[in-house]
Amino acid sequence: MPELTFQKLKKNLKKDFSKLRKIRVAVLGDTATQFLVQALRGKGYDYGFNLEIWEADFNQIERQVFDTTSELYKFKPEIVIIFQSSQKLLGKYNKLQPEQQLQLAHTELGIIENLSVNITDDLNAKLIYYNYTEIDDAVFGNYANKTESSFLFQLRKINFELMFLAKKDTNMHLCDLSSIQNHIGRVTFFQPSIYINTDMVLSLNVLPKVASKTLDLVSVIEGRIKKCIILDLDNTTWGGIIGDDGIENIQVGRLGIGKAFSEFQYWVKKLKNRGIIVCICSKNTESVAKEPFEQHPEMVLRLDDISVFMANWENKADNIRHIQSILNIGFDSMVFLDDNPFERNIVRENIPDVTVPELPEDPANYLEYLYGLNLFETVSVSKEDLERTKLYKTEAARVQIQSNYTNEADFLKNLEMQSTIQPFNNFNSPRISQLSQRSNQFNLRTIRYTENDIKRIAESDKYFTFSFTLDDRFGENGLICVIILEKLDENTLFIDTWFMSCRVLKRGMECFVLNYLASFAKEKGFTVLKGEYLPTPKNELVKDHYKDLGFEHLESYYSLDVFNYRMKVNHIKKKDL
Amino acid sequence: MTMDRNEILKQLNDIFIEVLDHEEIVISESTTAADVEEWDSLNHIMLVVEIENHFEIKFKSNAILSWKNVGQMMDTIIEK
Repeated sequence: MPELTFQKLKKNLKKDFSKLRKIRVAVLGDTATQFLVQALRGKGYDYGFNLEIWEADFNQIERQVFDTTSELYKFKPEIVIIFQSSQKLLGKYNKLQPEQQLQLAHTELGIIENLSVNITDDLNAKLIYYNYTEIDDAVFGNYANKTESSFLFQLRKINFELMFLAKKDTNMHLCDLSSIQNHIGRVTFFQPSIYINTDMVLSLNVLPKVASKTLDLVSVIEGRIKKCIILDLDNTTWGGIIGDDGIENIQVGRLGIGKAFSEFQYWVKKLKNRGIIVCICSKNTESVAKEPFEQHPEMVLRLDDISVFMANWENKADNIRHIQSILNIGFDSMVFLDDNPFERNIVRENIPDVTVPELPEDPANYLEYLYGLNLFETVSVSKEDLERTKLYKTEAARVQIQSNYTNEADFLKNLEMQSTIQPFNNFNSPRISQLSQRSNQFNLRTIRYTENDIKRIAESDKYFTFSFTLDDRFGENGLICVIILEKLDENTLFIDTWFMSCRVLKRGMECFVLNYLASFAKEKGFTVLKGEYLPTPKNELVKDHYKDLGFEHLESYYSLDVFNYRMKVNHIKKKDL
Repeated sequence: MTMDRNEILKQLNDIFIEVLDHEEIVISESTTAADVEEWDSLNHIMLVVEIENHFEIKFKSNAILSWKNVGQMMDTIIEK
């Protein structure tokens, strides 16, 4: 979900909150918090919360919290948000005598601890406390780092000690404002002219981010946590396609882009170590998909780390439903990572509760992007969490495979798929020869052609050539299927080559292609299409390809009578150039 | 700034409509905050930020609260 602007977020305020979970939240700040309150309520809508917010008058934090007859106590909040700004902290520091400056952190921490105790004990609420964004007042320059009385030293000391405080008090949660400023930069975070005129310290641009970070905490306080991460394999967990490239050629490890995938895997491993269940959902042959986990020396993730391993050619929404039935956790506690927008959308459309991040195209950006999403917020980590992977692994072994397929026809119809068909030409032959070299799984005869071969075939009148693209409303898949027909005699066309990209499996592409070939053959006066399957270690997937399409099995080849051929149902339209 | 005042006024009007979320707002150079119901001090800040983003300028902080009407706001934009 892209970050909305504050302007857009404000529009949420007019929506219907009545069906959302109501939470009473008090916001207390030492600067102007009106926009923050609007941003929180607006963002709350996106998170499914109706935040009923009471906003304290400006700079009343201590009075409201320490006086048990105050409006705050009358409001009876479930969550109290306290935002004391670095600007006001600097203001306090500025008024201190040099010898007192050394005590700033100590004094402030004492006050914060008292606030926290009162909110927990007297108000019986949870506390969300914003930590401090760094301001370097440049009085000491770099030397501030070794000058205990410098503002920077004192501020960082507070942030550091706050973590110990929050660790001790389970009702106190820190909202890491400082990390937001680190991420987007102070120049964006803070707009001096607005601060001077209005006493607001958060720029409009940063408000949605602060609201998200806060709502992340609210969500986990409400018990909404992510428990499971589901990974695609090819180009998500490693670079390349295991089925086509083979274990020697997939990218993972220290070199080049492999580094991005290795670091990604280390991140997943850390999540697993802290109790997040890791599952695999990949369109692959299971044995092929497992190979890197078992044998690749540079893989960080191993089979032991994976609770449920789903590698097959079924639709991913069904596979995730299956994972859910094994783990027996809510869809809303699952995160699905896949580099392919088509797969992401099929999951989003079928199981809207699953969180499906829009992974950046460049794998080098995966981690920074995922850090920014803060998907795995939590308020506690238990011993059970750490044992969880083992737990679910045994569970998974017990549960029988059960199919639970979505209504695929409806989904496919919805895709508005279109295909352009072209003979081989100068523009597409490089891509065709490249696919011919690489394609392993959906490849009936696995005859490899170089670019020169392809050009020769295109020019020969012994052959008919076809290349197919497939586009849908989510985007273009490019050239994904190649057919070469050879004239054997005046009646028979032999399917010399039929290969397809595995990205477009289960979309009815085979039917669309065969419909076209049958009509083509008929139009040219041929009566028979003849096909052949040459097994390799990698193309088991298409073993029954011709049989499934209605060809007759005759000894070592397959035959189709084009005159009695009945068009196969599919949801792809031919697109004219 | 090569735009003429009419063009700037037109663009400002669009920003007002967007920020104040009111389709029927029509501003002129003499329009003041008192003339537009939604134009309060908070929305004023949002207007300022949107105008800054739109024209890719930054106002001085003492300018932000000094304008008496839209015309003066435009003077500042043109200066930038």
